[in-house]
Amino acid sequence: MEEYRVLEIKQSVFADNDREADAVREGLKARGQYLLNLMSSPGSGKTTTLSRTIEALAPELKLAVMEADIDSDVDAATIARLGAKTIQLHTGGMCHLDAGMCQQGLDGLAASDADLIFLENVGNLVCPAEFDTGACKNACILSVPEGDDKPLKYPLMFQVCDVVLVNKIDVAPYFDFDLEKCRANVAMRNPKARVIPICAKTGEGMGEWYDWLRAEVAAWKQA
Amino acid sequence: MHELGIVFHIVKMVEEVGEQNSLTSVSRVKLTLGEVSGVVPDYLVDCWRWTAEKNDLIRGSVLEVEEAPAVTVCNACGKTYGTVEHGRTCPHCGSEDTVLLTGDQVELTEIEAC
Repeated sequence: MEEYRVLEIKQSVFADNDREADAVREGLKARGQYLLNLMSSPGSGKTTTLSRTIEALAPELKLAVMEADIDSDVDAATIARLGAKTIQLHTGGMCHLDAGMCQQGLDGLAASDADLIFLENVGNLVCPAEFDTGACKNACILSVPEGDDKPLKYPLMFQVCDVVLVNKIDVAPYFDFDLEKCRANVAMRNPKARVIPICAKTGEGMGEWYDWLRAEVAAWKQA
Repeated sequence: MHELGIVFHIVKMVEEVGEQNSLTSVSRVKLTLGEVSGVVPDYLVDCWRWTAEKNDLIRGSVLEVEEAPAVTVCNACGKTYGTVEHGRTCPHCGSEDTVLLTGDQVELTEIEAC
């Protein structure tokens, strides 16, 4: 019988995913496509925010959406009705997407020449933050009923996000939600993160979010 | 259950090492888990057992988890302290301007195989 030997590895388990994610970004860059990874808790208003955003930006940008869900196509059906090219990714029980799965989704969208692709990640504030999907930037929606302390409880999510949309801002008075405290909590985890209070339902604050997206897409195509 | 996804990534790494070194049977895989990595060691080991039953290379292998302490440094006073014990607030000076130094790693350290 052969003898067992010990091989020293010393490598982060996320290293191969990080490499794949870089490859995803290179591909996006070459094609001039901007991919935004959108994360949040379940029920924070990801699909509503996306629907509104698609309606607003469709006249000026070609849009596509990748919907990641554990197992259903409810969100994809909602988004597809708006006319954006949509693809549903099932993670098969897993709570997050990794770069490999994201690339598969992009391959599925290959025919589309979308300028702006949204990846609607699985609703969860923990695991999606651990895996780099290969997106150009990360966005997170924090809705008012979840509370202004979430950046303290889920530090990694807010560390990796470039923009934080504070959704359902219209009901803030009913939930003792302190926007300034929320801003400070986000800044503590990530001083560079941009905080945009919005209400996807009424449209409040959405203009600033659209402008951010427009500027991001333009910069990505140019650089 | 991000443990399952993490196990899949570990398996992929082990398979790559196996290919490079012409390994046929892995008996033990050693992992270092930071205290605040957010990964639950017991779940990870359970997911490993389940996965190992379905994969010839790692069938019957053991996943050994070694926990590494989490240490935070305070930007205000420059001292370090145990993250799990004191959290975000520096026990030396009370500042909240603190940064995690180490303790969030998920690192594959050793593979025992033939």
